[in-house]
Parts: sequence; C-alpha cells; structure tokens
Amino acid sequence: MATAIEIFKHLPKKNCGDCKFPTCLAFAMQLANNKAKLDDCPHLSEAGRNALASSSAPPIRLIKVGSGKNAVDMGDETELYRHDKRFFHPVAFALRIADDLGEDDLYKRLSYVRSLRFERVGQVLKMDLLELECRSGDADRFAAFVKKVASESELPLVLRTKDAAAMSAAANAIKEKRPLLHGADASNLKEMCVVAKSCACPLTVGADDLNGLADMVEAVRKEGVEDMVLDPRPSSLKELLERCTIIRRSAIRKTFRGLGYPIYLSIPAGRDGMLMASTAVMKYGSLLSFEELPASNALPLMVLRQNIYTDPQVPIQVKPDLYPVNNPGPDAPLLFTTNFSLTFFTVMSDLEKSKVPVWLQVVDTEGLSVLTAYSAGKLTSESVKNALQSTGALERSKKGTLVIPGMVARMAVKLNEATGLQIIVGPKESSGLPKFLRS
Amino acid sequence: MEVPVPREKWAGSIGEMELGASLEKGGSRSSLRLGGNKGLPFLSFEDPTSRNVALAGFVADSLEDVPLPVKRAFGNAVNDPARWAAAWKEKGADLICLHLTSTNPEEKDVSPEEAAATVMAVMKAVELPLIIYGSGHPEKDAKVLEKVGEAAKGERLLLGQAEEGGYKSVAAASMANGHAVIGFSNLDINLAKQIVILLTDYGVGRGDVIIDPLMAALGMGLEYSYSVNERIRISALSGDAMLQVPMICDCVSAWKAREASDDIPQAGDTLERGIWWESTTALAALLSGADILVLGHPGSLQIAKDALKGFRGEA
Repeated sequence: MATAIEIFKHLPKKNCGDCKFPTCLAFAMQLANNKAKLDDCPHLSEAGRNALASSSAPPIRLIKVGSGKNAVDMGDETELYRHDKRFFHPVAFALRIADDLGEDDLYKRLSYVRSLRFERVGQVLKMDLLELECRSGDADRFAAFVKKVASESELPLVLRTKDAAAMSAAANAIKEKRPLLHGADASNLKEMCVVAKSCACPLTVGADDLNGLADMVEAVRKEGVEDMVLDPRPSSLKELLERCTIIRRSAIRKTFRGLGYPIYLSIPAGRDGMLMASTAVMKYGSLLSFEELPASNALPLMVLRQNIYTDPQVPIQVKPDLYPVNNPGPDAPLLFTTNFSLTFFTVMSDLEKSKVPVWLQVVDTEGLSVLTAYSAGKLTSESVKNALQSTGALERSKKGTLVIPGMVARMAVKLNEATGLQIIVGPKESSGLPKFLRS
Repeated sequence: MEVPVPREKWAGSIGEMELGASLEKGGSRSSLRLGGNKGLPFLSFEDPTSRNVALAGFVADSLEDVPLPVKRAFGNAVNDPARWAAAWKEKGADLICLHLTSTNPEEKDVSPEEAAATVMAVMKAVELPLIIYGSGHPEKDAKVLEKVGEAAKGERLLLGQAEEGGYKSVAAASMANGHAVIGFSNLDINLAKQIVILLTDYGVGRGDVIIDPLMAALGMGLEYSYSVNERIRISALSGDAMLQVPMICDCVSAWKAREASDDIPQAGDTLERGIWWESTTALAALLSGADILVLGHPGSLQIAKDALKGFRGEA
C-alpha cells in the first residue's frame, strides 16, 4: 500500500467532505490504513483512480470459491513469514472424485470426506472442498454428475476438465454455487475464459514454468477474467517450494505484479504427495487438491495447518475443564494449570509420563501461561476456586489436597483459605512432575 | 514474460562446522560437515550451495521414556545401545544421538565410568559421528559428560546440553577434548542468542556451538518453534553473528502427542499416523532452518531422507 502522501497526490484536493472525512489528506490517511475505500470519493479523476487502484490493490487477490457458509476464501495474504503478523486464510483441502465412479462408490467417497473431521482445541478440522474430475470424457455425464454431487454435498466444488464444452455444461448447471474451474492452460485459454465469464466463476491458470504462467495470467486478464488461481504445476518438492516462494515474494515485495493470485496445487497420492502437501501448508499454498488422502495423513496435515495458521498474537487455548490422567479414582491427587495450550500440552505429557493417576484442573487464564497469568491477575485463588467448583473437581478427587505450580507457590495461603484444601507446592518446571508425583 | 527472481540480499551466512573426527584428524569416525548456508532453507535461487542436513538416530541406554512405537521398530536391539546404533546405521542414519538416561541418580544411577564405557561400545560398533546427552540431571550430567568427553577425546562428539542455568561443565568437557557443544534455549530467539554469548564468553569457539531452540512437536506448539527458528535464521542471515551457528531440532518428542500413538476413530492406521506426526514435525524443522534432525522412528528417517532429496531436486 502506498503512503498517505502518495495517495494524496492523486486526490482532487477539494476537501469537500463527501467522503465523510474532513479533508482529502485525512481521507488519504484512512486509505493508507485500509480503513476507507477508494469509491468513497465521488470526485476522483479517471487517471487518479487507475493509479490508485493499482497501487492499493491487495498484493494477492482474494478469491472466493463456493457460496454460503461453506464458501472458501483464498489469497489476500500480506506476509512472507507468519511471525511478521499472521497468515490469514488457511490453505483449503479438496479431495478429488472422478465422474466415472459408480453410485455406491460415490456415496462411499462422500461419506469418507465427511468422516475426515476432527475436533481439536476447540476448532473443527475438516475437508473444505470436493474436486470433481471429468474422466469419462462425456460432457453430459459430467454435468449430471456435478449436479448430483452438488445436491448431495454442501462443500464448494472444483470442476476439473480441459474440455471447455464439458466445463461449460457442468459449470452452468451449478454456477450459483460458484465452483472453481480447473482450468485454463495454453491449449484452451480463450474457450475457458468464455466459460468463466459466462458463469462468473473463478478460473485456474496452469503452466509448466513461471514465465509461461505469467504470460497466461496476462492473456486471461485480457480476456476479461480477473478471478484467477495459479496452478504452477511443480514436478518436484524443490520446484514446489521455489515456485511458491517466488510467487509469494514477488507479490508481497512487489517485485512483479503479474502473479498476485492464490496458489492451487494438485497433490499426487503417496509419500511424495504428503511431502508436497506438508510443504505447501507451510509455504504458501492456498488450495491443495488430493488424488487420495488416507486418514492417517489427513490428521497430521490438518493439525499442521491449524498450527501454521494460528495467529501468533493470540495464544491457542484449551478448554477449561477437569481432565482425568492415567485413570484416576477418588484417591488421586488434584493439580491445576492454565489453559494456555503450550503449558497444558507440556503438563499433560509429563503427567502421562509419570504414569501416576491424577486429576488435572485447567483454569481459564485467557490463554496465558502460569506466571504471566498470575502477574496479570488472571490466575487468582478465586479463579482457581471457581474453576474447581464449576467442574465438580472436589467430588471427583476426595483427597483434600491441591498441588499447585511451583511458580505460584505464593498463592498457597490464599488458596488454602479459599478452598479449605491442603495446598502442596509442586515443582517449578513441568518436567519435575513425574519425579514429584512418584515420591 | 520474464518473472524476475526475488532474491533476498543476505549479509551473513551460517558458520561451518564438522562433527566426527576421522583417523587423520585424530579420531576413528566418519565425519560430516554442517552449515555454510547463505540463504533460507532449500531455495537454490538464493543459495546455490547444496544444503547439508544431518539425520541423527535416537538411541538411549535406558528404556524408561522411550516411546513404544520406537522400541518396537528396533526389536531386541533396543536393549543394547551398540546394536541399536548399528541398526540405525543400517537404516541410513548420518549420526547417532545417544541419551545416557541410565545415569539419572533418581533411577538407575549408572556411574560416569560405565556411561563412558557405553559410549565407547557404541563408537566401536558404528563409525558414525555421535551426539551424547546425559540424563538431564544437572550435577550428574556434569560428571558424566566430563568422563565421556575424556574417554572420547579427539573424536569430535557433539555434547548436550548447555543451558543458561548450567553450561560451564559441559563447555569445559568440550573445550578440553575437542568436542562441539549444544546450546539449549527455551523457544525464544533472545535466549538462543544468550546461550551462544555465554558459551563463547566462557571460551568455547563459535565454530564449536550448535543451538537447540527446542523443537515443539506437531500439535504441541509447533508454530512457536517454526517461527522462532525462522526468526533465528533470518537474524543470522541478516548479520547477527551470535546466531550464525547450525541448529539441531529433536523431533522425537512428537511421539508424546496423544494423536501420534493413540488409536483414534476415523484417524487411520495409528503407526502410519505416528510416523507422519514425527515426519511433519521434521519437515517444519527443515523448512524453518534445522541442520540436524534427531528422529526416533526409522520410518520417519526414510521420509526425511526423501524430503531432503526432493528439496535438493535429486528425486
């Protein structure tokens, strides 16, 4: 984004206030911070609009696939590294289904996709799209198949065929669902652009090298299609990493503007595919279309995606609850920790390692770790007491003692007063728990 | 249309170091070179030098905390560190990471002399370079690593680990006998730098330090490690000399994740999932800057090998 002063140069400088800001300079400042839209100024000259539109366009175009609540947003990323701010739109996963599948197999496949659904630290991990491939070579059959799947599944669709006639029939049959069309390449560019325009759907653009891809993007744009997704067709892990990095860097660093679109990658079955997919989750993929995705691969990939797309400024929180560890009974001791995921995972793994049955009360500290939460007043004798009450912890553990983190040993007296429990100060580091519990 | 290649102009590079000393250098092992990189991992347009990442096989002399799938993969060999290490060599490990957990005074309390004998037995069984850890008990580790360091003088081991709260004894053991040392820090770029400063101020050469910024496993804080590692690499390449050292990432902790070893409905074959749990952790370590990966399962080693070939464009 240009600076306010650069933007100001192109504004009419009338200070008319029609944009709801007192002066053109104030409006420019809002524009620079993405808090106003160019269209809010009714007096902008054509030349000024063009100059500003190109410099204010997001570096990577936002593409929406699908409609309604399951629609998938891709692109509109602003960072090369997640620690600089965050990655915004999690890479979407699609599973491919070919139109030559028998009815039974189709239903099996659809129910398999639905089964790839996991709940983890309060979020649902799942598949995002289906990619329907015309393998039959029969346009009517493909269109009927696409219609059928669209009526069976709420997931957004990718339509995969090189044949523009088959694409046209299928895409028009479900165009209100805004499928992604895969896609255009050198062999069918004009025809595919006609289809994409006629049904107002986004289009993938594929080429075997980046220079060729840039040419294709330019050509598609000249045909009047703006909603594009790039298919850089890497043939190796090296090509995948390097092409995705060049595309992303060019867009963010503004060294080349022609490739500022989300990235689609076709993922082959097997180990190579899993390596490509994991790499693409970390390095700039927007949509991965899997030929096959066994559940044993899906869960690690989905968790990787969850991890990488976490906002670094917002700690992941686990559910404040009473967690049984190693099958505890009423005699098992009661411990507490915070709901910061990292703290929780570490404590949990050390408790499991100890093999000693215990009850672990997780206290809601808004995702802060023990000492930070204590210092910020989010971990108090009251909040611990309330947590124990809300989970009925004292009906489960009848030992009458509470083990507290060594870092907050100073809470002991107040906790004893608040809960009436005997307080035992545990180790300062979670790694000391196994030894502590065994003794 | 020519797409210009957006190369970052890095001012720094990662220092080079060698592990394992060959006969002519006074040891008895094969050796491997690490570091030397001038760009972010595996971007050949930025750094044409081939990236050398070493894959270490995890071995322990006590099975207390060894994950079950890891034990199973090696059968009876896990009862003998030398045989376990030999099995790793067979499976293609570049070096061995031996944990002397039996020395823990709260458990078997094996003496430093016995521990050194274990190390010598492993060295005799395989000629690969070695990483040696104690049991994590600070006072005992000081004695164990001193003994091991002496016994393997000149072999250019990598000794673990130096921490802000206790680094002098392991630093001394490395300096006196020509070994390298691991500087550990807890998920923080500034602490990573701090431990290198402490070690070098104490007299350890910067070329003898490898940092371990703590690789949190998939689903257990991986995103923190990924970003800390990336920031460490970017700072090093931007010219921060104290971070221009190779990085080691231990991925074995991935097996502690519930999802890596529990049977979960609809989540597929448990062992296959566990291997990918460790391998995905390893990939995140590779892409964020690791120079050595420590792996527990041979399946993960094979995947990491394939990944390295793939990133280098050899596959």
